[in-house]
Amino acid sequence: MNSVLRFLNKLRILSRRERFDRELQEEMSYHREQKVQELQDQGLTAEAARYATSREFGNDTSLKEQSRDVVGFWFESTLQDFRFSLRQLRKNLVFTCTAIVVLALGMCASISIFAFVDAALIKPLPYQNPSRLVGVYETVALFPHSNLSLPDYLDWKKTNKSFTALEVYQHHGVMLNGPSGAEPGKSARVSDGFFRVLGVLPILGRDFYVGEDLLSAPRTVLLSYTAWQQRYGGRADVLGQSVILDGNAHIIIGVLPRQFHFVPAEPAEFWMTIHASSECDLRRSCHSFNGVARLRDGISIASALSEMESVAQHLQQQYPDSNSGQGASVIPLTEAIAGDIRPIFLLLLCGAGLLLVIATVNVASLLLVRSESRRREIAVRGALGASPARLIRQFVTEGLVLVAAGAILGLASAYWTMQLLTRLIPADLIDRMAFLHNVGLSPRVWAFAGAISLLASLLFTLTPALRLFSPEMREGLAEGSRGSAGNTWRRLGSKLVVLELATAVILLVVAGLLGKSLYRLLRVDIGLQPDHLAVLQVAAPNATYSKDEQAIALERLVVSKVASLPGVKAVGISSDLPVNGWGDTTWFRVLGRPWHGEHNEVPERDISADYFAAIGAKLLRGRSFNESEEKSKPHVAIINQAFEKEYFPNEDPMGQQLSYLTSPPVPIEIVGIVQDIKEGQLDTKNLPTLYVPFNQSPNNYFNIAVRTSQTEQALVPALAAAIHQIDPGIAGFGGAAMTDVIGDSPSAYIHRSSAWLVGGFAVTALLLGVVGLYGVVAYSVSQRNREIGVRMALGAQRSSVYRLILTEAGWLVGIGITIGLICSVAAATLMRGLLFSVRSWDLPTLTGVAAILAVSALLASYVPARRAASVDPVEALRME
Amino acid sequence: MTIKSDLMPGTLDMLILKTLTRAPLHGYGIALSIKSLSRDVLNVEEGSLYPALQRLLLQGWVRAEWKKTETNRRARYYTLTTSGRKQLSKELSQFEQMIVAIGRVLQDA
Repeated sequence: MNSVLRFLNKLRILSRRERFDRELQEEMSYHREQKVQELQDQGLTAEAARYATSREFGNDTSLKEQSRDVVGFWFESTLQDFRFSLRQLRKNLVFTCTAIVVLALGMCASISIFAFVDAALIKPLPYQNPSRLVGVYETVALFPHSNLSLPDYLDWKKTNKSFTALEVYQHHGVMLNGPSGAEPGKSARVSDGFFRVLGVLPILGRDFYVGEDLLSAPRTVLLSYTAWQQRYGGRADVLGQSVILDGNAHIIIGVLPRQFHFVPAEPAEFWMTIHASSECDLRRSCHSFNGVARLRDGISIASALSEMESVAQHLQQQYPDSNSGQGASVIPLTEAIAGDIRPIFLLLLCGAGLLLVIATVNVASLLLVRSESRRREIAVRGALGASPARLIRQFVTEGLVLVAAGAILGLASAYWTMQLLTRLIPADLIDRMAFLHNVGLSPRVWAFAGAISLLASLLFTLTPALRLFSPEMREGLAEGSRGSAGNTWRRLGSKLVVLELATAVILLVVAGLLGKSLYRLLRVDIGLQPDHLAVLQVAAPNATYSKDEQAIALERLVVSKVASLPGVKAVGISSDLPVNGWGDTTWFRVLGRPWHGEHNEVPERDISADYFAAIGAKLLRGRSFNESEEKSKPHVAIINQAFEKEYFPNEDPMGQQLSYLTSPPVPIEIVGIVQDIKEGQLDTKNLPTLYVPFNQSPNNYFNIAVRTSQTEQALVPALAAAIHQIDPGIAGFGGAAMTDVIGDSPSAYIHRSSAWLVGGFAVTALLLGVVGLYGVVAYSVSQRNREIGVRMALGAQRSSVYRLILTEAGWLVGIGITIGLICSVAAATLMRGLLFSVRSWDLPTLTGVAAILAVSALLASYVPARRAASVDPVEALRME
Repeated sequence: MTIKSDLMPGTLDMLILKTLTRAPLHGYGIALSIKSLSRDVLNVEEGSLYPALQRLLLQGWVRAEWKKTETNRRARYYTLTTSGRKQLSKELSQFEQMIVAIGRVLQDA
């Protein structure tokens, strides 16, 4: 009741604030006059009486302020502070804009990178209870997470007690009947319970039934949302329709949700069940599936792993021929999906964080300079009755206004930057990192933005507020605000600049190391000449090309057809393209050596006679294959240098005989040694690799590599057309220039994008650091104007003034660079896993960065030093 | 020796209300009245008096109106309201209880 009355009264006064002030003023001056009168009556002179009264009453403004506080609402003074802040900030537009832009820059960088980190690493996977999902793999010496063979999977599924469900999936290229003949489609093969284990329901139609993945079941398919929209116009009557995939009719039974992604199996438009029929599906030693499982309640990953290891162990004993050396691996599904990308994202986040540090420190030191130049104003306001708390509140409000403006601008530009960055990522990479679809202003990103804004506000309000309470600040009115105060500020400001410079050094070093890694990576010897080389994948339908002689005939036809295209100099065929992956392995033994069933695993490539010539690989010894070397002829092989080093360290491999693990063994004679070709990603080390004639291991899927005298990009469409001319039922796809294949390969892409991003951060950091240094030196010069004037009046040379200022700057820069270098070696050691053939203490990078920073810092301090040296001593002294 | 009126929190409001029981007074009159009644011991400062008056006005315990003084100047006179009178008697009895209690403590010690 009472509080309501009080509120209403306050409201009434608020509406007539001016009248309230006037009346209060009148009332108080009446009081004062009466008092003066009273004292005069006691015998004081009018002057003395007025003086005594004034002394007794104290500060008139502050008294009125107190009364106003009683009747005012709390937000009124806040509003007042806010309006005052805006006025102050508008008065110094250059300062304000600089501060806001710098702040927004730092926020934009860190918010947008955080959004990526959030989407990739923090956001839970969009499946039911995702923390209980695991990726399940076999392991072999060559690969820690290798594929499961279907027979192994079925045994694992049957025996395990750790999982409520264990399902498999496989990325699977499929042939579609397009309008202009066969075209490749993107699909995945999964076991029947795959969507149930993830907890994903189709938005249209039904999921696979149990047992629908058996060969005996009718062939059915689920559409991805995109396929449904693009191929079927989003029509509901798509259910029950039939689609020809790989020459078999499949009934469409459902459509998956729009937001559904399962990166390891993607890109996939058609999700079909296993229907095990191929030779590979049935063979225990053919590994082509990946597992995904849901842990039973109370089972940890570790205990699931140990159970699967014992299951794998058991299979090793049961099937030593196929399973010797095949272990098990169980990892969190998040690790399986985003594990590779984590270090790079964390590095980028740290980089953006450092940039934010520089930006905020930069603005903080700007604020300090301002608080310094406002010493007199503050002293005056204090004398006029502003309480310290009120003055501090003023600074807090100004800091908050700056941060708010910076944060809004930062968020807006971060939103835009995210759009830009996601658009810059190549489409097929986005397909492999579906979480990038979710990059945006999620609640966590908002929270992050809020948290960094809060920290920035704290910093901005604390720095000037602390200064305000320092004793010499109070003397601001009396003293001409020079000398000692300037010195204290210089000390604090200098520390901030050292911090900025050191941070800039770290970012520059990291960027330099990443740049050098990228340079080394793109210049790594891949054992072939990628320029003027075009590649294309060719897939022919099983129905007409699955027999060996059919595949060989096709290969010959393709080679002769392509060789007749204008400008083509050589055509080669290989089962896999270089700079792709070390997969597609085989087991072998060296004949004539004791062998106890162990699996020597090496990548195998089936190549045509002209392949090495076409790609520009260098045959070191021996001969290439002949076109006539078919299965009926003696089997031959070419090995690479790594193979020679590992398996024939002290012997001449030429003429030695290998064999696959067949019984009886079929000898394969080594007829040549080729220089190492980078079959896997650029940042991997070369593995022993076995090359055998395509005609002795033919396949209806292969890659062609074409050397041309013309531009290879122009050749790509002609290649695909030539393939369709041979037979419209054959798909020719993935045509590209080899240089693009290398440039867009995941390892190159990741190195390049991180080098560019961190490089951008580093350049910005350098700029901010140098501007910060300029600010400190310039301020110091302005404070020492008089001192310099005196020095020059006493005969100091301009050169000694230069020396004075540059020495001061030199110290700051020196300390900053030293601290920065030490920290960056530590930082680089932490991120050495991301570096490619560059050591974390790479001297050229470190010295280069130090030099760049020293030179830019010298330039930044030269400008104020010049101003100092041009001080007119007479003017400087007259300023008193 | 004069004692600042904010010695005991809340007492100033009570003193103001009490001086107003006899007749409406302006701010200066209130200060004067408290001073003389306390035989120059309590000296109410302008800095405490006017915020206190605003507080009492807000609570509705006093009413203010502009009137002519004896010297024909305009001054704001404060009048005790009914709820102000109630508040005063409440505060008085509380104050007396406290004085008695303090007295007991002091005697005992």
